[in-house]
Parts: sequence; C-alpha cells; structure tokens
Amino acid sequence: MGLIARHAEAAGITTLCMTSALDITRAVNPPRAAFLDYPLGHTTGKPGQPALQRQILLEALEAFTSLEEPGSIKILPFQWSEDLTWKATAQMGNDDRISRYDTPQYQTEGDRLRAESGDFSALRVCRCSVCAG
Amino acid sequence: MLSYASAKTIHARKKMYVDYMNRIEKKYVSLGYQPYRWAVNEARPPWQPLRKPLSRCRLGLVASGGIYVTGQVAFHYKDDTSFRAIPREVETENLRATHFAYDLTDARRDPNVVFPIDTLRRLVEEGIVGELADHAYTFMGGIYSARQVRELLAPGLTERLLSEKIDALLLVPV
Repeated sequence: MGLIARHAEAAGITTLCMTSALDITRAVNPPRAAFLDYPLGHTTGKPGQPALQRQILLEALEAFTSLEEPGSIKILPFQWSEDLTWKATAQMGNDDRISRYDTPQYQTEGDRLRAESGDFSALRVCRCSVCAG
Repeated sequence: MLSYASAKTIHARKKMYVDYMNRIEKKYVSLGYQPYRWAVNEARPPWQPLRKPLSRCRLGLVASGGIYVTGQVAFHYKDDTSFRAIPREVETENLRATHFAYDLTDARRDPNVVFPIDTLRRLVEEGIVGELADHAYTFMGGIYSARQVRELLAPGLTERLLSEKIDALLLVPV
C-alpha cells in the first residue's frame, strides 16, 4: 500500500497510510502513516464500535497536517486489549492463510450468482471492464 | 508522533510490535517461493503538503482488504492486480470481504474495520471532512511482485484517483 501512496503523492495527491504492521511500513516508507497497534484485519477499528472507529480516524486524519517530515509515522493512542497475548499469536501462531486460488473467491454463493447473471440493473455498482474483473 | 528514525529505534529497543516481515518471509520459503525481497525505500518519500484544511478537502479512500459490492466479480487470491470502484453511497450491507491472509470474521460483521465508509460519511456529515470522492477503490493486496504493484496497480489506481479530483487520500491496508 505504501508503494501506491508514494505513487499517488508523486502525482500531487496528499496521502496518509493507515497501518497495523509497523515494520513493513517503515521499510516501504510512505510519505505519512498512522500506526494502529491492532491485530491484522482491524486497521480502522473494532467491529460494531462506531464511536471508537470515529475516534481512531480522527486521530489518524490529524496526521495529514501534524506530520511535517516525509516518512513520519504517527503512533495512534489505542490498545487492542490489556492482555498482549494476541501479539504472541500473531508472531508465533499457526499460519492460517488460505490457498492462493486464481478464481474469484465469493463471500456467498448469492454473490457468485449475481456477478455471473449479468443482470446488474438493480445494483448500483460499477461494472466497467476494471470492476467486472 | 515519531519520525521514521525514532520509530525504528523504539521498535528495535522495546521489541513491542509484531515482526510481520520475518513471519511472511518464512511463509514464502515454506511455499517454495524464492526468498521474498521486500520493497525497501531508503529514498525520501515524495511530499505534497495538504493545500487546504481537511474540512474543505475532497477525500479519496483506497483499501486493500478485498472488499467488493455484491454483484461485482470477487477478487481471487493469487496476485490479483485488479481493483474495484465502490460508490460512496453504497449500502453497507451490500459490502463483502474476501481475502486469503487475514481472519475475515470481523470484516464480514462490520466492513468498517478495514473499509471505514460509514465512519468517513459520518465525518463528512459533521463537517470534519469536506466531501468524499464519488468512488472508493479496493483491491486484494498480497501481490507477491512489488514490480507488478509499481507498474500495473499503482499507475492504474492513480489515474482513477486523479480523475476523481481528490485533494487527499486515505489508504487502508490490511
């Protein structure tokens, strides 16, 4: 994602990268970053907690103006839990990644049918050649 | 707030953050791939200061959590360099998440954990953010080749973002 941020910033767009992987972000070195020390899959908050999600984004968006040195990272003041065992699991636990299929992986069978039916009139979704896959 | 250098120092001293690079390197080796070469950019990043307050900015959103809208073709898991355009007024219940590399339970319960669309719409209502671009853009991530990201995905996305006339861009990886 940092590579895309660098590309967009070079094109004149001010960018801010959220991240929950500090080491990767440091290496890729995007213009601005905001680090949330949460387990992967929660880069902008916890599920069903809109007030917390709002607080996290407010703290993050502040970095658009407060970071003045290219490559700076703002450490966001949030902690996933008092208990830090999630970090040990993330570092040492079993790797549960799924195999790398090269066919579309739908969340539901209904999604597959909708995408394959070709009837998109009821759906206000982008079906340009890029989005149609 | 930390500079690049001081963040590195703290990381090394306290060992308090998860070392994902080490973990992912081991994974690729176990899959029989060549040892992974990380994109490391020592060079100073490009820099475009915000031209106006956020409350007057048109903000773009790019996210790599594998989010699509039902009706769109879902992402696949092997070096998928395609992306999807998601209308800013999308119904949250029509959002889906698919990905090979993270636990999807929470993203499927509430996409805002990796695609903060409701949060951003609320900040627009509150006047904290000026407005959102017509579309957010999503992709899969986990693309093995940094070259493919640099030569295919990044230019393609940037072209779309420029056509959205945005002032600022929030990027949300997983």
